Amino acid sequence: MSTMPLVPVGMRYARTMPRIVRVLLMTAVLGLLGTALAGCGYNTIPTLDERAKGAWGEVQNQYQRRADLIPNLVETVKGFAQQEREVLTQVIEARAKATQVKIDASTLNDPARFKEFQDAQAGLSGALGRLMVVAERYPDLKSNQNFLALQSQLEGTENRITVARRDYIEAVRAYNTEVRTFPGVIWAKLFWGAQPMETFTATAGSDRPPNVRFGS
Amino acid sequence: MPDGSALPAGFQQRLRLLLGALCLGLTFLMTEAQATDPALPALSGRVVDAARLLDPAAIRRISDKLAAHEMATSDQVVVATVPKLGDLTIEDYGNRLYRRWALGTKDRNNGALLLIAPTERKMRIEVGYGLEGALTDALAKTIITTAIAPKFRTGDFAGGIEAGVDAIIDVLKGDAEQWQRRPQLRSDGDNPLAPAIIVLFILLIGLIMVVQSRQTGRSGPARYHRTRDGRWIMLPGAPSGGWSGGSGSGSGSGSGSWGGGGSSGGGGASGDW
Repeated sequence: MSTMPLVPVGMRYARTMPRIVRVLLMTAVLGLLGTALAGCGYNTIPTLDERAKGAWGEVQNQYQRRADLIPNLVETVKGFAQQEREVLTQVIEARAKATQVKIDASTLNDPARFKEFQDAQAGLSGALGRLMVVAERYPDLKSNQNFLALQSQLEGTENRITVARRDYIEAVRAYNTEVRTFPGVIWAKLFWGAQPMETFTATAGSDRPPNVRFGS
Repeated sequence: MPDGSALPAGFQQRLRLLLGALCLGLTFLMTEAQATDPALPALSGRVVDAARLLDPAAIRRISDKLAAHEMATSDQVVVATVPKLGDLTIEDYGNRLYRRWALGTKDRNNGALLLIAPTERKMRIEVGYGLEGALTDALAKTIITTAIAPKFRTGDFAGGIEAGVDAIIDVLKGDAEQWQRRPQLRSDGDNPLAPAIIVLFILLIGLIMVVQSRQTGRSGPARYHRTRDGRWIMLPGAPSGGWSGGSGSGSGSGSGSWGGGGSSGGGGASGDW
């Protein structure tokens, strides 16, 4: 590495150089600076942040997709099992509660709100599981084409939720590790003010979809 | 740096230079480690019969059908049989295998995987993002329960798989026609300005180099980012991530030359027999 004083040399150049050259030189220096910053992981936090938020968008998307299936499902079950009013009401209420709790991607670091979201969705999962157990008692319902289609859609959606949650957990793990360890922690504290994000906890049963399959 | 003003000016410069060099060095050291799942089979063809359920003639017949369909529509459909799922559910295994193989093209995600686990008596059709609209969960479930499972129950694996493949192709053909009518909707459009910007950037760098060489030629002192004999030190770009699981890069084994980089979010259906 050279030991000569750099700034004086640069300034001497600056005085004698035509304006266009100065502009071009600045561009080159900025480019070099950018590469250097990227090497230090300056970009890593926003990149991981965007990835985690994108993964969260997918999680909410899939939960919404599940919520959208429910009115149709409830109507179909009602047609065959009207006396199961209690379970049906539970599902409708749990759905209403679950669709109310939405988490904006910018508030993913709020533990209370995240727990609220997780609890609401777990409540809906439980209610749906009970509905499916009840549905098993009605042979006509079980062989109804509409119900079978809804059932496979619900299964598919539960699986998509599992995948989306897994992707989100992975993305948040990468982001939180970067924010909490060197050198990411420096960028996080000095520039981004980045907070660790909340992630799903595998409480009993809530990490796997309710079993909506019954003896095919 | 807030406390930087207390240091002597010369020291600060050297510190800055040192930090800069350190950071540039780090650029080259940082490489993303690819997590590899050793238990998943390699993508060796359109029919990966790891559980040995099929005879060579059946494999060839099914492969030809899938190849013809890919030629016509670019949809990548692959059949896999696995001897055991390990600790994973069929859904989890299917999604991991799909993502490892990266079926379908990167911008269309138009792949599908028919996975059969004879030991566990489970099967799954895993559908890429791009084909979810055509091969819906309900259709996939119907194919499993009506076309595949009855044959599997009689022990006819080749017949079941072939019937499943035929059904999947039939369903996908219905959608492929729609695609051709409005291809703009599905493909990720390239930015038409991108090549122009690259050319401009190269021109700019060239201009800087020319001007610089003339400047240093006149005023003498060598500059710290040039070597002694006047060659420029080229800075290689940062390692490009993103193509996780693209052709050949993620799989690290087998041919892998035509997993196009597609992904799946868990669409499809599972069943048993």
